[in-house]
Amino acid sequence: MRTITTEEIATSVRALCLDAAFKLGEDVKCAISGAIETEESPLGRDVLTQIVENYKIAETEDVPMCQDTGLAIFFAEIGKEVVIDGDGTLEDAINEGVRRGYEDGFLRKSVCDPITRKNTTDNTPAIIHVSTVEGDKIKLMLAAKGGGSENMSGIAMLKPSQGLPGLKDFVIKTIRESGGNPCPPIIVGVGIGGDFEKSAILAKKALFRHVGSKNSDPVMAELEAELLETINGLGIGPMGFGGTTTALGVHVEKHPCHIASFPVAVNIQCHADRHKEVEI
Amino acid sequence: MSEPIRITPPITDEVAASLKAGDRVLITGTIYTARDTAHKRLMAVLDEGGELPFDLKGQLIYYVGPTPPKPGQVIGSAGPTTSGRMDAFAPRLFDLGLKGTIGKGQRSEEVIDSLKKNNAVYLAAVGGAAALIARSIKGAEVIAYDDLGPEAIRRLEVEDFPAIVVNDAHGGDLFKAGVAQYKKKAS
Repeated sequence: MRTITTEEIATSVRALCLDAAFKLGEDVKCAISGAIETEESPLGRDVLTQIVENYKIAETEDVPMCQDTGLAIFFAEIGKEVVIDGDGTLEDAINEGVRRGYEDGFLRKSVCDPITRKNTTDNTPAIIHVSTVEGDKIKLMLAAKGGGSENMSGIAMLKPSQGLPGLKDFVIKTIRESGGNPCPPIIVGVGIGGDFEKSAILAKKALFRHVGSKNSDPVMAELEAELLETINGLGIGPMGFGGTTTALGVHVEKHPCHIASFPVAVNIQCHADRHKEVEI
Repeated sequence: MSEPIRITPPITDEVAASLKAGDRVLITGTIYTARDTAHKRLMAVLDEGGELPFDLKGQLIYYVGPTPPKPGQVIGSAGPTTSGRMDAFAPRLFDLGLKGTIGKGQRSEEVIDSLKKNNAVYLAAVGGAAALIARSIKGAEVIAYDDLGPEAIRRLEVEDFPAIVVNDAHGGDLFKAGVAQYKKKAS
């Protein structure tokens, strides 16, 4: 067994929060650079160029690339040979790291009570999904998820008879209706199957993949490519000003479901796609 | 693309009417911030017949909730938030003399009608370009609702703040025109 302390976890989470807010991942940078080459709209190219200029300022000056520094969402994979030692639970340690990161980095605290709208003032609680894996390490994956793109997400309990055409219609309708709201170019996470919440978690988890990566199942990879082409044909373009770059990637994940069900969830990520991970 | 048009609030009727969907503008002067909860409070003030924290006439409201400034900064990162959440409040403010709002994303038909009725405009800034936009903000002062933190109402002094006209006072709509121009036939 290997001991990992809650303090080590909190320290790692703090660093992840700062890294996510200030430094865009190479996968996203590459996708945006590629889009500047192919975007047909001059105004669209101008927007994409401003996005590049912006992330360069953020990483050089250690300032947030977006004022919405997001709700902190974690997927935590805990090696089964790990013992967590110290005060509090794993969740407490992650929340402590979020608290320190958002305070020390001058990040915006964007979490509030859903009814009274009173701010919790430290950006906690984070949303935390935990699973166990082989080994003696802890892997923490963070997405600092902005509210504007999250708000445009959707879920549908389709009828099995609607099949793939019904699924595609729902995904495209969700993106079309969101227009410029979620800060396109976007990344689209699609969760297929499971049950009501499993489909949503799959859609969220799909957004943690490297932008533009393909599903290992060729059939799913083909669906990703087809959806991407259709979405980029909608004409929405960067910030909705019109153009051929509406999405940088479509990531699909699936899971078996009940014979009566066909859940589909669409989770939308803005171009400030802040996903970072660390292994302890 | 044509050269950006320089505008300075308060915006006159002539200037508002001259702006067309798709025009790029650079704003210099004073603008005000407000987002969700601040708007609710402004509505409550109006309901009670009170006085608003600033005079709306000819002014621009920027929908933003900035990050806290680092030591030495005037303001933190400050990009636009989704305007649609303020659709329920905007027409009432346009009726009282507000000349424009700055945000991102589409507006409701009610807001678009109100822009036409009041000779006002809706501008968009590039969402997510918050560090870049902050460079054009030279001064920031909380003037109301300090307890709301990022949602407080601020008076900003801006210089060459970049935005684009999405909905003009004549029914022009950059989103609709843009989609129509770049939509592929099959989709």
